[in-house]
Amino acid sequence: MSTLGTIAPGPPVNGRRGSSSMAMRSASWRVTDRIGLGIAWLLGLIFCAICAAIVLFLLIEGLRFIRPSMLVTNPRAGFTQSQTGGFLGPMIGTVIVALIAIGMAGPLGVAIGVWLAEFGRPRAMARIAESTIEMLAGAPTVVLALFGVLLFESEPLGFLSVTNSNGVVFGKSFFAAGTILALVALPLVVTTVREGLQAIPDHVREASYALGKTRIATTRRILLPAIRPSVITGTMLGVGRVVGDTAIILLLLGDTPLQGVGSAPLLSTLRGTGSTLTSYIYNNAPTGELNQPNKAYAAAFVLLAIVLTLNVLVDVSGRRARERRWS
Amino acid sequence: MELSHPPAIRRLHANQPSAVARPPVTKGPRVTTIPQRHNRVQTLVIERMAVQQWSVSYGGNPAVRDVSLPIRQGEVLALIGPSGCGKTTLLRSLNRLTELTPNATSAGWISLDGVDISTLEPTALRRRVTMVFQQPNPFPMSIFDNVAYVLREQASRRPRRAALKAAVNDALARAGLLDEVAGNLDHPALRLSGGQQQRLCIARALAANPEVLLLDEPCSALDPQSTRVIEELIVRLREEVAVVIVTHNLQQASRIADHVAFMYLGELVEYGTARTVFERARQERTREYVSGVFG
Repeated sequence: MSTLGTIAPGPPVNGRRGSSSMAMRSASWRVTDRIGLGIAWLLGLIFCAICAAIVLFLLIEGLRFIRPSMLVTNPRAGFTQSQTGGFLGPMIGTVIVALIAIGMAGPLGVAIGVWLAEFGRPRAMARIAESTIEMLAGAPTVVLALFGVLLFESEPLGFLSVTNSNGVVFGKSFFAAGTILALVALPLVVTTVREGLQAIPDHVREASYALGKTRIATTRRILLPAIRPSVITGTMLGVGRVVGDTAIILLLLGDTPLQGVGSAPLLSTLRGTGSTLTSYIYNNAPTGELNQPNKAYAAAFVLLAIVLTLNVLVDVSGRRARERRWS
Repeated sequence: MELSHPPAIRRLHANQPSAVARPPVTKGPRVTTIPQRHNRVQTLVIERMAVQQWSVSYGGNPAVRDVSLPIRQGEVLALIGPSGCGKTTLLRSLNRLTELTPNATSAGWISLDGVDISTLEPTALRRRVTMVFQQPNPFPMSIFDNVAYVLREQASRRPRRAALKAAVNDALARAGLLDEVAGNLDHPALRLSGGQQQRLCIARALAANPEVLLLDEPCSALDPQSTRVIEELIVRLREEVAVVIVTHNLQQASRIADHVAFMYLGELVEYGTARTVFERARQERTREYVSGVFG
């Protein structure tokens, strides 16, 4: 022990350096580095404070005005805010729109993500698909909405919404809004699926090939189950974007009470129009047509609660996925 | 395609004249004796695969040059050599995994039970010549499903769980894992310890009842205790399958191998029994490598 000690002294048990190494302690840094660190900290704190202020403001305002009855009554016409009912309809509308959008973007996004990460041939086509996804991710939703208007007001797609007696296609329906919202959610699903696949080491794929499995079988039996957490994460991120979007809802759904079109049970809802929480907030905001700030804050509270819950779920599923990994 | 004129296997046994001129005996580094395996029980030896003048190159860079050696059931063949000497490439050639690398080209012949493997369906070949990797890589499913994976989809109709139960238990028992996991076959495989995961990978590779088992440094990510368990397992397995193991660990090679092939810069420098290679190697390079001068 004593001879060893002379060769390689152990770390000091007590003393100013303590348990952490010197490089990690900012007290020993140069002044400029310490100023930089201080600025980074300050900016980080400011950012957190701004986010916390927005969330807290909305939560407090929302809690002030929200009444349980608002969650179970539909909007009504009235002169005072106590007469105008709640926002059950918009809440149902939000759910419908989210289901349609994610029902389309989920499977399509997983398929595109798997193709890009695992196959990607021909190369040129993969590159085109990649940049399309990137463009879609960066496109303002109101531009997509405008494209949707052109698309769904066209004669061939008239059956997806109402056509009036003059033969003019209305172009606004849950289906129209959901389809274009799927384009908003799609890049998020594709990106998370791709990242999930890229995180799987190659030797896992090879282990499957080495047991005499084809690429298709490997993808289906090994890779898809392995990226399930990524799929869930991407889907939830997509839902978060979908329920929060306003431009597409305003242009392609409007802000009406829920009304079905036709008599077929599911199809009538898809072809019909309604409203969502975002359009409800838009119209009830102090600058909106209806100007009922109390209702707007209450609805914003519900919307925020939905989005925050989704974010927490994404975080939890991501953490659970990281627990079980290959080295 | 049966090989009508199989090229002669380059004989590099200790008791046969070498193709390479024997270097003059110099005062080389002292060859330290490495402990040998205790019980060298003789097993029935059958030749399963023959590698003949096999070369592989990646995009024009040769990785394996003109290698010939036999692979026999009843014995463990260890491929040793410094990093980048082509031993893993040679191993991956045996079940045609090298073909997954887009720029890989190969020349020569490898036969399995007398049939050229290039004429076989890759998926069929890989069920007969299975492989275990350096990193334990169980699939993200239950222990049972990991082992049953290779048995499913082999038949046109998916067999039921009860029908697979016996085969799965058998494979787990052969890999020496059954007693430890008997009650938890439905637990996720990725929750097992590293050594158990690696034995699960061996069980998975054995489930297909292969003729040859390839192991690519199977213990390099494991602790000494798990390594010992897996080494004992490998020695036991050689009676049922031909075992080829790539290893960086010379002690390991001397403990478990019956024959050793030393590769350097893509060439097979020496092939012989473990005792010959470690104690009386004919090639200067081999002596230097096994005594730790380079590598």
